[in-house]
Amino acid sequence: MAYLDHAASTPMLPEAVATVTAALTAALSSAGNASSLHAGGRQARRIVEESREQLAGALGARPSEIVFTGSGTESDNLAVKGIWWARRAADPRRIRILASAVEHHAVLDAVEWLATHEGATVDWLEVDAHGRLHPGALRQAIERDPSDVALVTVMWANNEVGTVQPIRELADVAHEYDLPLHSDAVQAVGQLPVDVAACGVDALTLTGHKFGGPLGVGALVLGRDVACVPLLHGGGQERDVRSGTLDTPAVAGLAVAASLAVQRQPALHARLSTMRDDLVRRVQLAVPDAVLNGAVGPDGLPGPDRLPGNAHFSFPGCEGDSLLLLLDARGVEVSTGSACSAGVARPSHVLLAMGADENAARSSLRFSLGHSSTTADVDALLDALPAVVERAQRAALPAVRR
Amino acid sequence: MKLLAALSGGVDSAVAAALAVEAGHDVTGVHLALSSAPATLRTGSRGCCSKEDARDASRVADVLGIPFYVWDLAERFRADVVDDFVSEYAAGRTPNPCLRCNERIKFAAVLDRARALGFDAVVTGHHARLAGGELRRSVDLDKDQSYVLAVLRPDQLAGTVLPLGRLTKVQVRAEAAARGLAVADKPDSHDVCFIADGDTAGFLRGRLGSQPGPVVDALTGAVVGGHDGAYGFTIGQRRGLALTVPAPDGRPRYVLSVEPVSRTVTVGPGQALDVQQVRADRPLWLAPSALPLTCEVQLRAHGAVHSCVVHEDGAGWRLELATPARGIAAGQAAVLYQGDRVLASATIS
Repeated sequence: MAYLDHAASTPMLPEAVATVTAALTAALSSAGNASSLHAGGRQARRIVEESREQLAGALGARPSEIVFTGSGTESDNLAVKGIWWARRAADPRRIRILASAVEHHAVLDAVEWLATHEGATVDWLEVDAHGRLHPGALRQAIERDPSDVALVTVMWANNEVGTVQPIRELADVAHEYDLPLHSDAVQAVGQLPVDVAACGVDALTLTGHKFGGPLGVGALVLGRDVACVPLLHGGGQERDVRSGTLDTPAVAGLAVAASLAVQRQPALHARLSTMRDDLVRRVQLAVPDAVLNGAVGPDGLPGPDRLPGNAHFSFPGCEGDSLLLLLDARGVEVSTGSACSAGVARPSHVLLAMGADENAARSSLRFSLGHSSTTADVDALLDALPAVVERAQRAALPAVRR
Repeated sequence: MKLLAALSGGVDSAVAAALAVEAGHDVTGVHLALSSAPATLRTGSRGCCSKEDARDASRVADVLGIPFYVWDLAERFRADVVDDFVSEYAAGRTPNPCLRCNERIKFAAVLDRARALGFDAVVTGHHARLAGGELRRSVDLDKDQSYVLAVLRPDQLAGTVLPLGRLTKVQVRAEAAARGLAVADKPDSHDVCFIADGDTAGFLRGRLGSQPGPVVDALTGAVVGGHDGAYGFTIGQRRGLALTVPAPDGRPRYVLSVEPVSRTVTVGPGQALDVQQVRADRPLWLAPSALPLTCEVQLRAHGAVHSCVVHEDGAGWRLELATPARGIAAGQAAVLYQGDRVLASATIS
């Protein structure tokens, strides 16, 4: 089995498994709720708070800025809706959201929901053919009326094509106008240097299972001075912004994984980008008309503004889901990069925003490498790919033939 | 064989796939997403297009231990089945969308793609028997679907596996339960799957708009009522006519014909619906036979079977029925049988 879908979920680090297991064993034997006042509760709370400090340390944030959540999606929803509500409450004119056109659905749909149900107005900020949002485009959108903007939300790195946004510069522009910037950094943590203090974002989303932590736990790094209305009401466990008893073992696993992933990030970046460039070169040799999407350098290889583990291609004349099925049958696990809840592959809004036509958008595959990737995975992909592409091209013909 | 099992999320396709796996075939499951905006949960008896059905289908694949994918055929389905359904009604005919879906989607778009991807055939949960190129009725005559499969060409049937033909529906449910398939008790789906509330006339009105016209009595020639759209009427229909003038003989009147250009719906006595001669076009032979031919014919899904003699008539057929058939609608299929074997099909004109 060759797993080339680390951007969807990457295996847990053994250290994180050990931490979760130990915390789970302790939690189950002592039944500690981190909100309880007795010794068992204090023990659980201690694990949570040490995890909070560990995670903050890994991200250049302060412990008080860490809000643990149940997922990246929850963090995105909390940031987008919560900050929007708070900004509008403080100044009813501030209803406009500026968001890049290539956001993950967790942001995109939260923004759309605010537009449909709460009267938000939205500017979807255009990206270039590589998927990059230029700070000038953000400035232009703000300048239309700086007084009505509630927040700016731009992902750190795109989950489909891997394009890395100039977050520092975007944050500078937003801050010139005193606007808060949220960034979905789900794909970035562990693959790129992410330092909250240095980059200046006001809110940042991350989730455990993208960097070797457990599933079902995420965090929102929320600046101390950023007002945010809760989505979940109750005990107010997380800074009164998020309620719900914390999953102590998962929180501990998340923090350990984040700490290790950040520590190993420079080495991982070097190793993955070399392996990924090799993958790209070999795909281009095997399938000469394959088109590399996302940030591309002058040599036709992935540019520097791309996640090190990401390679995203369009295979003209093929349908992405045919390619996926045929590769899956040969033990190679990849993704078309976008899926709706019924499991239907739709043309990716990311590629469409980058100017691709619907056919190109339907013909794409994402290969994503992670900490457990080996050259054998790349070999397995390349062993299967030429025959798979040829067959998928034939399978696409009947649809055209009618 | 390498088989592609179409899993609707219902019990029939689940058992068909299970039997294919147990017969030693290499089976992959696909669920066909036929609606571009699927409902989250199934409603009533229209079960094939909701996300809940897709989930049921994926659970079947889990239990059978086979790969599972969803294929998006919403665009093809809209063009080839839904739009066809609307335009057939608009032209005064009565289409059978299940038959069209088999002809254009399941055993065309899906089969073509399956073959191109390296599969030998498509497995479905239709109730009919297929062996050696011969299509026969299911042993369960109440559930028999050979009528809606009779439109398939021999090359399409050659790429089709129907494992359920020797089982009754009751047996199919028992087989599902025996294998721990959760869909064993799932209600049968019927009605037109893409009309969520079952209101065909309302659906057509939404698509075609209001097209008022007269309702005319066939005997007197008098206008006896009006309507919002001739497309809302089917030959043989009795209810919902809203006639303002009673029949001279006081007997019930039925829709005898629908004429879309003048928007005229003609009504008359029931016996005027009785026909003994039927014309059909575009014949498709599964068991080529010389004409004239004495055999049986079925003129609608779940309809009665009539003895008949088939005569050549131009490019089509003239069917002389031994006993009168009532309410025969253009657009439906005339399927010829010899006993339980399908010989041919054609479209009633």
